[in-house]
Amino acid sequence: MTTSKQGTASQRKGAPPAVLVLEDGRIFRGRAYGAVGETFGEAVFSTGMTGYQETLTDPSYRRQVVVMTAPHVGNTGVNDEDPESKRIWVAGYVVRDPARVPSSWRHRRTLDDELAAQGVVGISGIDTRALTRHLRERGAMRVGIFSGDAVRDDAALVARVQEAPEMKGASLYEEVTTEEAYVVPAIGEKKFTVAAVDLGIKGMTPHRMAERGIEVHVLPATATLDDIYAASPDGVFFSNGPGDPATADHPVALMQGVLERGTPLFGICFGNQLLGRALGFGTYKLKYGHRGINQPVQDRTTGKVEVTAHNHGFAVDAPLDKVSETPFGRAEVSHVCLNDNVVEGLQLLDKPAFSVQYHPEAAAGPHDAAYLFDRFVSLMEDQRA
Amino acid sequence: MPKRTDIQSVLVIGSGPIVIGQAAEFDYSGTQACRVLKSEGLRVILVNSNPATIMTDPEIADATYVEPITPEFVEKIIAKERPDALLPTLGGQTALNTAISLHDAGTLDKYGVELIGANVEAINKGEDRDLFKDVVEEVRKKIGHGESARSVICHSMDDVLKGVETLGGYPVVVRPSFTMGGAGSGFAHDEEELRRIAGQGLTLSPTTEVLLEESILGWKEYELELMRDKNDNVVVVCSIENFDPMGVHTGDSITVAPAMTLTDREYQVLRDVGIAIIREVGVDTGGCNIQFAVNPADGRVIVIEMNPRVSRSSALASKATGFPIAKIAAKLAVGYTLDEIPNDITEQTPASFEPTLDYVVVKAPRFAFEKFPSADSTLTTTMKSVGEAMAIGRNFTEALQKALRSLEKKGSQFTFTGEPGDKEELLREAVRPTDGRINSVMQAIRAGATPEEVFDATKIDPWFVDQLFLVKELADELAEAPELTPELLAEAKRHGFSDQQIGEIRGLREDVVREVRHALGVRPVYKTVDTCAAEFAARTPYFYSSYDEETEVAPREKPAVIILGSGPNRIGQGIEFDYSCVHASFALSDAGYETVMVNCNPETVSTDYDTSDRLYFEPLTLEDVLEIVHAEAQAGPIAGVVVQLGGQTPLGLSQALKDNGVPVVGTPPEAIHAAEDRGAFGRVLAEAGLPAPKHGTATTFAEAKTIADEIGYPVLVRPSYVLGGRGMEIVYDEARLESYIAESTEISPSRPVLVDRFLDDAIEIDVDALYDGEELYLGGVMEHIEEAGIHSGDSACALPPITLGGFDIKRLRASTEAIAKGVGVRGLINIQFALAGDILYVLEANPRASRTVPFTSKATAVPLAKAAARISLGATVAELRAEGLLPRNGDGGTLPLDAPISVKEAVLPWSRFRDTSGRGVDTVLGPEMRSTGEVMGIDSVFGTAYAKSQAGAYGPLPTKGRAFISVANRDKRSMIFPARELVAHGFELLATSGTAEVLRRNGINATVVRKQSEGTGPNGEKTIVQLIHDGEVDLIVNTPYGTGGRLDGYEIRTAAVARAVPCLTTVQALAAAVQGIDALHHGGVDVRSLQEHAERLTAARD
Repeated sequence: MTTSKQGTASQRKGAPPAVLVLEDGRIFRGRAYGAVGETFGEAVFSTGMTGYQETLTDPSYRRQVVVMTAPHVGNTGVNDEDPESKRIWVAGYVVRDPARVPSSWRHRRTLDDELAAQGVVGISGIDTRALTRHLRERGAMRVGIFSGDAVRDDAALVARVQEAPEMKGASLYEEVTTEEAYVVPAIGEKKFTVAAVDLGIKGMTPHRMAERGIEVHVLPATATLDDIYAASPDGVFFSNGPGDPATADHPVALMQGVLERGTPLFGICFGNQLLGRALGFGTYKLKYGHRGINQPVQDRTTGKVEVTAHNHGFAVDAPLDKVSETPFGRAEVSHVCLNDNVVEGLQLLDKPAFSVQYHPEAAAGPHDAAYLFDRFVSLMEDQRA
Repeated sequence: MPKRTDIQSVLVIGSGPIVIGQAAEFDYSGTQACRVLKSEGLRVILVNSNPATIMTDPEIADATYVEPITPEFVEKIIAKERPDALLPTLGGQTALNTAISLHDAGTLDKYGVELIGANVEAINKGEDRDLFKDVVEEVRKKIGHGESARSVICHSMDDVLKGVETLGGYPVVVRPSFTMGGAGSGFAHDEEELRRIAGQGLTLSPTTEVLLEESILGWKEYELELMRDKNDNVVVVCSIENFDPMGVHTGDSITVAPAMTLTDREYQVLRDVGIAIIREVGVDTGGCNIQFAVNPADGRVIVIEMNPRVSRSSALASKATGFPIAKIAAKLAVGYTLDEIPNDITEQTPASFEPTLDYVVVKAPRFAFEKFPSADSTLTTTMKSVGEAMAIGRNFTEALQKALRSLEKKGSQFTFTGEPGDKEELLREAVRPTDGRINSVMQAIRAGATPEEVFDATKIDPWFVDQLFLVKELADELAEAPELTPELLAEAKRHGFSDQQIGEIRGLREDVVREVRHALGVRPVYKTVDTCAAEFAARTPYFYSSYDEETEVAPREKPAVIILGSGPNRIGQGIEFDYSCVHASFALSDAGYETVMVNCNPETVSTDYDTSDRLYFEPLTLEDVLEIVHAEAQAGPIAGVVVQLGGQTPLGLSQALKDNGVPVVGTPPEAIHAAEDRGAFGRVLAEAGLPAPKHGTATTFAEAKTIADEIGYPVLVRPSYVLGGRGMEIVYDEARLESYIAESTEISPSRPVLVDRFLDDAIEIDVDALYDGEELYLGGVMEHIEEAGIHSGDSACALPPITLGGFDIKRLRASTEAIAKGVGVRGLINIQFALAGDILYVLEANPRASRTVPFTSKATAVPLAKAAARISLGATVAELRAEGLLPRNGDGGTLPLDAPISVKEAVLPWSRFRDTSGRGVDTVLGPEMRSTGEVMGIDSVFGTAYAKSQAGAYGPLPTKGRAFISVANRDKRSMIFPARELVAHGFELLATSGTAEVLRRNGINATVVRKQSEGTGPNGEKTIVQLIHDGEVDLIVNTPYGTGGRLDGYEIRTAAVARAVPCLTTVQALAAAVQGIDALHHGGVDVRSLQEHAERLTAARD
């Protein structure tokens, strides 16, 4: 058996007090978790019961303080295989009952230590369900977590939270994209080359492509159309990423260039919002977003329902029940969330391009939507033929 | 694509009597399914032999057959009702096996009945171990994950012995095919164990097949509940992780939802494998569960088994998540898809999603080893628990401690006072999984064991082990703190400590702790089980308590009635009490009250979020109930708390609730005391001039001896304040009396032992009645088949009484009324009488709903529990008669002469238990109740009704063949006539020499067979035990011999259990069986629905 640092109840209680302050003045008091200090961001809740490592390292959570609805977090510690990027991206972390002793044959460190090592300020021991219900009713909002010396009187803290920047209108993909282009080689025989624009890409996405014989050229968000076509790609991919899609003018223009050329195109999450904008649809901020790994999405082309991983606070505003005329031909909504009828996928009927708002690479989450990578492969095959 | 239009009527098969491994959960699932089908406009035909179920209430189905669930009887029902379809997946293994038999026999084809919810091929692929291995292999080829444990299929003992070599030696697991609850399976560590377990397994398996398997003892164990619709949409409803690692049947394990120690990657592998399996097996629509073992060292995943049907785990998963699996399975079976079905709880999102939990659920098993002292208490892959409690908390420790106190059993909660004992000894103890191992582990931790030592001894996952350390450290803090600060109290409560535990640690009374806690403002809040971790608003008030910040109990205006349920099923307190609670909820809701149910048993209808207006899934301790009452009092007016219907559990809280100012309605606590306290009850009887058997109370052997000498042996002895006859015994002589007193641990000055004159050869009578303070409604009079001295719960009985006349009923009515009045009952009362000679003795009175209420209600077509609930809140019998809830005229004592005869028969769990050397436990009935469930046989004459009850409980009575008779001397006279009848029906009689002699003198031919003690004869003549084992005996009559000569009988009776030969242990049962056999010989046993019976009864009444 493997155990690491054994905390005790009193040690946990010995962690410094921490305060979570919402912009509307609601306050939760708990204990510091991870790093001690202060942090600001948009408060969002994630309902996944597994996959905290993947969540923490998902660049789409940039500037967000993530509230875990699952009470026990950290039970399997931290391993070296599951992160979706090289670092933790969440701005802050809110849990109810952190593990004292992790248990997994793969774990290397405790989550507590990992958060502290990466300077991520968190809070534990608060009524996360009350906080979640608050966010559900009032919508995602700004939040601050303060512990140790950062704790001041409540009014001062509320004022500071209200000074923090809002998510609406935030352009964040430049902050998370890769600095240098890099190549993820195909696993086994190479069949296709794909240029992937990194707006906050998760590690599992190129991996899912590589599994299908795709060599993935991951490019920074600043890439030009020439950069994209330098590798003579069979297809172009636009990744997930943080921030308000309404600000992402450069990637939208880039995508429009790809659509004009008629190269097979696939987008995930932020990539779906970009396709929406490229086609002339608007985007809007959801009240509290979709964040979890249990969301029912219907593929309207087959009628089948898939259980899917979501992480989006914005959505595309496209008509559900008709085919739209766009500058790139006819387009339709291919996928829809059955919980609230939010647009979860778009496809062009006259050009080889489609996108989904959710995460078929599914890390964390169920693998039901993995077929979308096969669809991308088919588009590239058809284009060749 | 909504509902199929080609199905107009559906036959649903229930699961029959409650037995270990197949309990109330199938009433819950079956009831849900029947309701759904009916609301879809289908004609629902139901068969279930168990009267103590909500599903067999006449309003749940269109035609309800309380008939044996055998292919023969179900065929009769099919022939009569001609259903379009048969739904077999909601009645456990019983329903599935019956459906397969009907299919194999061509019955379904013959009548054009379509199996829905599962096809035969899928059932076979899921259940047949060999086929299932192929399924897993196919899945591995497709998705690269999942494998079976290495194994060998065996059809004979030779195969078995060879198989061990193939697997590389001991230990090996033996699993018989097609048995329920893992019956007959176990670990074999050597050849002797192997021969015993595999031998029994080959016998138990309907296909004479067992599987030998590599040992994966100590691995992590998981279970997934999945659902699939006809469009191939699949969802995982719930993941469950076992606290006890592999080696303990999941029904006997402490289990936790959701899984606690898997990363997403590992969890998704299980999910992928699960989905691939449900597809490969071909479960078209509906639910299934799949069990996995995961090697803690490297994550290797082994698929253990799947059930292609709704199971015990489905019920647990439904309660744990709020996703009603059975209800949705029924909808899928008639053609809906998951996305077409709304999620009841959110109302606006569909069922095609996977519930996510923001709380932790812990289930803990309830055992009854104290009832079977000779049984081996080691937990194995054969299920031995008789019930379970579930608890919900915001973290594991809170849920665990709530679950342990929900078990409501001495020592089930962690204790932190006193010397823990020797660490090494405790760790050694913890190696063997038993009831309460978790408590040994806690004591080992207190004695200084390290986490590593605990893991090495138990293989319990290190994360769980640390949670136990967390609890222990908090207990230390509580003990050491100079004072109870609000912070410390809140922290302790957040980890599930009860006021009682805190009091024990601090040396304070429980109520003092509570007072301090309330003064410091430390109180629980109530959170909602909503399937979605608060992502969407919940419309269903399904609550659990937690020491958190924000409560979700909404204000209300209507007056509320809080109904306290009965907690985990146990022997003596089972589904019958849940039945009464559910009825109360329905009746009070109809009467305009807001109903609030409190219970902690996940198997039940009462804990369905649909049953009451509000559901609190909480332990039934004083503390937990007081907090709920407080929360509801904040929410709106409270009309009262009902304690009378959930058995002894809520009844025991009655006085304390009243003392805390809670408005207990119905029979007041003082009246309960008047019935339960010997002295007080004696005064009630004396005032009414009613005789009771001579008795006395003693706290020492000397006192007991004096009493026994005065009233004469045999005497009936028992501890006071017990349920189900716990520790009750008939003592024939002074020597046994002395050892009884010496062995009994529960005797103290405040808990004396009761010594009663034992009425030999008396007829025992049970009466259920309603009393409103003015008028008595005699619910029903049941005449026991077995004589007084057999616990009423284990005795068969007939209603209306078959040998009592109008004069007797008149006396019973007068006595019942006098007692009800004298005690001060407002609602139900159950009284046991004994008619000895011509004297009607009062044995005991219980001022609450009894086990027989559902049976009485069904036999007389009158909803007694509903009426009782209404009387509790002030309605009178006269008002209820006028309303139509009770019959306008007459009652259960004035049934018309052509009223149907109902026979209740008890079902006993003998075959489940073995002693440590692997021998069966004795099957003799006695004053201590040991049955787990019951069936009802109903027909126009007694013989047929009795035959049906036997067919429902144990399998059909034989109509020909060999009957072995061996009876005690006192029974020899009464055996002669029935024996003669058996011969007249063509039976060949076998008897031991003594009995044979008596028979011959009376002109009845009987072949003498050798006793077991005589051994095999010189010419190889077999002993009776060998004959039974060789299948050469069809009926056994063996009555025990008082104190001596029990051993031979023991061998005979255990052999009968092993070979499933009907075995009658009283002459009264023999007489009844002969009437049954006679009825079967006359042929033409037909089936009639409860609705038809009721129609005739009602017509006769008016």
